Amino acid sequence: MSKSLLVISRQAPWSGPGAREALDIVLAGGAFDLPIGLLFLDDGVFQLAPHQDAKAVQQKDLGANLQALGLFGIDEVFACHHSLAERGLTTPASAQPLDSAAISQLIDRYDQVITL
Amino acid sequence: MKFAIAVFCAAHAPSSRRALLFARAALAGGHEIVRLFFYQDGVYSASNSVVVPQDEQDIARQWREFVSAHQLDSVVCIAAALRRGVLNEEEAMRYQRSAVNLDAPWELSGLGQLHDAAQAADRLICFGGP
Repeated sequence: MSKSLLVISRQAPWSGPGAREALDIVLAGGAFDLPIGLLFLDDGVFQLAPHQDAKAVQQKDLGANLQALGLFGIDEVFACHHSLAERGLTTPASAQPLDSAAISQLIDRYDQVITL
Repeated sequence: MKFAIAVFCAAHAPSSRRALLFARAALAGGHEIVRLFFYQDGVYSASNSVVVPQDEQDIARQWREFVSAHQLDSVVCIAAALRRGVLNEEEAMRYQRSAVNLDAPWELSGLGQLHDAAQAADRLICFGGP
């Protein structure tokens, strides 16, 4: 059986290529049909903020890549509830909010973890 | 034990040196390294154009010598490397760039190699990152 991998994405979408590169690991894993989970933590939750205008900071929109998660068979998408609340973000439709105890359990449940 | 090692930081970052020490210790302890994978700023750890002052450690060179000496499978992510100007001869020619700063023992390849290594290894150990 394939080993499962949890990618913890901690970078805001405008802070450099980090957010995109974390997502690329997830999508590549999905393309290989591997069991992959994605957790948005700390500034990573900004990737889930609605009404983003990436063009205003001369960036490419990450939204399309996020929407591709389902197509790549990635259904395990989570967001840290505390990180969302701290940044005044409401719970997004695309990610399941988790408190810290649930995040600990989530990390335990995966064979491997990459934090970017 | 079989280790896959992922490096996300440049040679001048402390965690690149720690990754190298870990890799050396793993082999010295009789363990196997299935692959080294360099991603994000980790691609700079594989650049051969790094120059350090004489009284400082040249971690990029030490990586190169370590990988060559043990003939390790060492992959630099091609997308991350292109974005950061770390190019082998083939890519420099393809994109008409004048500088080549990556050659043997490194191989440029895709993220599939990271997943493949993680699947083959007992442990995936990551160094660097935010």
